[in-house]
Amino acid sequence: MRRLNTLLTDNNIRILQPGEEVLLSGTIYTGRDQAHKRLAGIIKSGKALPVELRGAVIYYCGPTGTPKGKAIGSCGPTTASRMDGFSPLLIAAGLKLMIGKGNRGQEVVNAIKKHKGAYFVTYAGCGALLSKFILKAKPVFYPELGAEAIYKLQVKDFPLIVAIDSTGKNIYKKV
Amino acid sequence: MKMKIILAKKIESVVAELAVAANLFLRKDVLAALKKAYLRERNLRAKKILKAVIDNAVYAKKEKLAICQDTGLPIVFLEIGQDVHIQGALNAAVNRGIESGYKKAFLRKSIVKDPLLRGASGFSPCLIHIDIVAGNKLKITVLPKGFGCENKSQLKMLKPTADIREIKDFIIRSVKDAGPDACPPYIIGVGIGGTADYAGVLAKKALLRKISSRNSKLEKELLRQINKTGIGPMGLGGINTALAVHLKTFPTHIAGLPVSVNISCHALRSATKVL
Repeated sequence: MRRLNTLLTDNNIRILQPGEEVLLSGTIYTGRDQAHKRLAGIIKSGKALPVELRGAVIYYCGPTGTPKGKAIGSCGPTTASRMDGFSPLLIAAGLKLMIGKGNRGQEVVNAIKKHKGAYFVTYAGCGALLSKFILKAKPVFYPELGAEAIYKLQVKDFPLIVAIDSTGKNIYKKV
Repeated sequence: MKMKIILAKKIESVVAELAVAANLFLRKDVLAALKKAYLRERNLRAKKILKAVIDNAVYAKKEKLAICQDTGLPIVFLEIGQDVHIQGALNAAVNRGIESGYKKAFLRKSIVKDPLLRGASGFSPCLIHIDIVAGNKLKITVLPKGFGCENKSQLKMLKPTADIREIKDFIIRSVKDAGPDACPPYIIGVGIGGTADYAGVLAKKALLRKISSRNSKLEKELLRQINKTGIGPMGLGGINTALAVHLKTFPTHIAGLPVSVNISCHALRSATKVL
């Protein structure tokens, strides 16, 4: 089991292999459909992004409300392929790692390969269990989007499986 | 049959209670099927994923957390006995029940009021399906349907002369198209007959049936073939692509054969109460 910190270097991304299990610690951001649409729009218009994407990790997740005494509610991954139309733009702007569930389109695989990033999956439909690995959560951008806001998360040993590595090798085969 | 009066206020509180129960406590039959899948599975990674899915259900119950962050589009099925008189506004009561249950349990606001304009999301409206039945009871079921799997629904209007192989191929193709995306192992609801829209309701209702060993020959055959695809838990391989296939049929027209496939993720959640 490999441990990975979110202070990423090209070197520690390059060594990741598809199928490998990784425990991630550090700062990550949530982002799903509407946040992606907005960020991609900003990139296209050439304006400044509200969030620093260079070296960032985005987790495709829209958490539930936060029960009293908890850092976060249920917070599992959402289907990654819905972000496929936007991801190449975000990756070109510096996004390094993505976390979600399910397979990605070829355009995302190509962008990952070109910019030496990676795509991980995590335990799908296990939002309660995954909340254990999140120490802090705070909506930092687009709070009006509710569950779709961009949250800043502090994670500790968040369990991941490498799905697409920096060379574009993919754990999923077409059935 | 003696007429029974049921207050809308009572329906509201029961819907709230069922919304919480469905989202926090995984159905016993689903949990049992997952445990059986875990024991059968030989692929080590698939086994580890199934263990996490089971642990998640146990942890959700213990910590009163939603099983899944996608607490769904709430669907409410009402079987109203024709000798029941409901005092008060039914639709409003059901929606208020959903809102108060979702709020109380910190569930997610996943519903946008306008599908085109989108905008801020809320807890309601839910979808309500009503059947009028004999008797003086009211059966309420809340099914929060997550959209990762709802997005993988498919409908095909087959020819009335289609043979059983074409029906099977379409169902299996739908599962393959869902692939790893919709949280396998799945429960596959299939509606056959009626009209295009009604076949979809049948497929959804098929998900409410308890998972058991009592399945038709066709259901068993489909399950066997689906589990041969090798998609497996999270789509990462294994023999457990689906936990069950449930078919529900209805008479249809001489000119058609509607087949609707409604896929549920492994977190198939519903709760029922009879008043």
